[in-house]
Amino acid sequence: MDLALIFLRRLSHAVLLVLAVLVLNFLLIHLAPGDPADVIAGEMGGATEEMLAEIRELYGLNKPVIVQLGIYLGRAVQGDLGQSFFYNAPVSELILGRIGPTILLVTAALSFAIFVGTFLGVLASYKPKGFLSGFVTLFAVIGYSAPIFWTGLMLVIVFAWLIPVFPIAGMYDVTLDNGPVGRVLDILHHLILPALTLGIVYIAQYARLTRASMLEILGSDYIRTARAKGVSGPKIYGYHALRNAIIPIVTIAGLQFGSIVSGAVLVETVFSWPGLGTLAFDSILARDYPTVLGILFFSAVLVIVANLITDIVYRFVDPRIRTGG
Amino acid sequence: MSSIETQFIPKSQHPIVEAIKAFRQSWAGMLGLILLLLVILFSVAGPFIYAVDPFEIIWAPLTAPGVVANAPFGTDHLGRDVLAGLVYGGQATLFVGLTAGFLTITIGILVGAMAGYYGGGVDEILMRITEFFQVLPALLFAMVLVTLFTPSIYVVSAAIGIVSWPTTARLTRAEFLRIKNLEYVKAAQSIGARDNRIIWRVVLPNSLAPLIVSATLTIGVAILFEAGLSYLGLGDPNAFSWGMMIGAGREYILDAWWLVTLPGIMIFLTVLGFSLIGDGLNDAFNPRLRER
Repeated sequence: MDLALIFLRRLSHAVLLVLAVLVLNFLLIHLAPGDPADVIAGEMGGATEEMLAEIRELYGLNKPVIVQLGIYLGRAVQGDLGQSFFYNAPVSELILGRIGPTILLVTAALSFAIFVGTFLGVLASYKPKGFLSGFVTLFAVIGYSAPIFWTGLMLVIVFAWLIPVFPIAGMYDVTLDNGPVGRVLDILHHLILPALTLGIVYIAQYARLTRASMLEILGSDYIRTARAKGVSGPKIYGYHALRNAIIPIVTIAGLQFGSIVSGAVLVETVFSWPGLGTLAFDSILARDYPTVLGILFFSAVLVIVANLITDIVYRFVDPRIRTGG
Repeated sequence: MSSIETQFIPKSQHPIVEAIKAFRQSWAGMLGLILLLLVILFSVAGPFIYAVDPFEIIWAPLTAPGVVANAPFGTDHLGRDVLAGLVYGGQATLFVGLTAGFLTITIGILVGAMAGYYGGGVDEILMRITEFFQVLPALLFAMVLVTLFTPSIYVVSAAIGIVSWPTTARLTRAEFLRIKNLEYVKAAQSIGARDNRIIWRVVLPNSLAPLIVSATLTIGVAILFEAGLSYLGLGDPNAFSWGMMIGAGREYILDAWWLVTLPGIMIFLTVLGFSLIGDGLNDAFNPRLRER
């Protein structure tokens, strides 16, 4: 099938998913106990009568439910996710202001995990029963079992308190005025611990996955052929085998984007990283539902876009999939 | 007694007996089982042996472990006994983990079985729904659900179940797709067995091995989820839990390392127990993997 056609199909699929998330948000407002206007105002019974009347007018809450859904979708499609009464700002504006740090954190953690994980996995596959293999397996089980926020707090105790080399919280030091280069370095310095915390779980998983798929591929006929014609060891590992072993990693990494965003919520609150996670946490504490639902919607859109990108990338990484639907 | 020929025929045993034998040979599985039993013993029998109210203020706040005899693991920011918290905190964590895990697996198997067995339109619709749930970041979704409906251990369990079933559904579906075309299923169909019977009595029992492994891991994940929600302050405020202790101790991390470290170790050991058991079961059910 034509690549463009496949892409169009995936795109329409993604758009439908986005709409479905909006419908879910709408349903959540109405299923929650209490008056929807109260939920939207985020005050749970504490909002003034004028405020509630204004909201009812704005969202057409006196009209039939289906009309309300239409109004809600219409507003959302135009980028209007409602008004946060707690921050006194449009939700979309709040989210756009916080999206950058979250994307920075997630991509840093993910690239770090893919890079280190694949590297460890390839090394471990060199000696399937060696020390490193055992270490990778053990590390994977441990990384998988520790609560991510706890790992973060332990790293804080070690690297910000016992051996104070990294800052405890925030994204940059406001008191420093050291030019653009200094600012970038400062952000990187702040980024290391949160990205490491978020990445650790996935390093372990990717290392294990790479090891398993490398072992499978190293046993295949074409690798034996390559060995027979005298291709050097590093070239077999680094080029012939890894190229195929990386495919499951790309797929998994794309599919895990949602769980990484979930992890980011926890990591951000540990390190007071000024992203969507801390915004979600603060607005939940303040019962600011429009913001909370806006974040749920926005992060789902992030995941949908990430899945779309994975789908395309993986067609390029693996020519065999390119032709399939 | 036995003739020469029969000596070479391996004694056939029930697959479960074989799996138990293999499990007992897996050090990971046995270690996990021991860990988990210890955690359960600590949480279930602990309150009877160490009957201190975790909410009661017993000593000066932020007393380090080992300083006073009646608070061997120190006190928290209000002066409550940390050991009592650890002992009582496990109950809520284990309860929510097991309930949510059970819910996740039930929804997952139901959806996956229907989608895999019936295929076609049913599969299409169910898989679209599954996909929809997969694009919602699970923790955020659970946070929203818990906030909209007042947090109690039941709401928390339900929220975790609602957000985490897709993985099990996909796994079940894959197993059903693989098994439904095998000859014994065809045989059951040809003698006129009903779909219901084939799904639950023929296909499901044969896909149990990977599902049991995944169930163990699912409970571990549910416990991590509960811990995360409680850490954020979205757990049941009336139930003492390990995650909640970490959340409350976070502010004092530079003065009182034990407040976040100790409950975290408990969560870690519990989930590690489930993960290792999952690993052991995986080895036990997949003879092919035993070599690696």
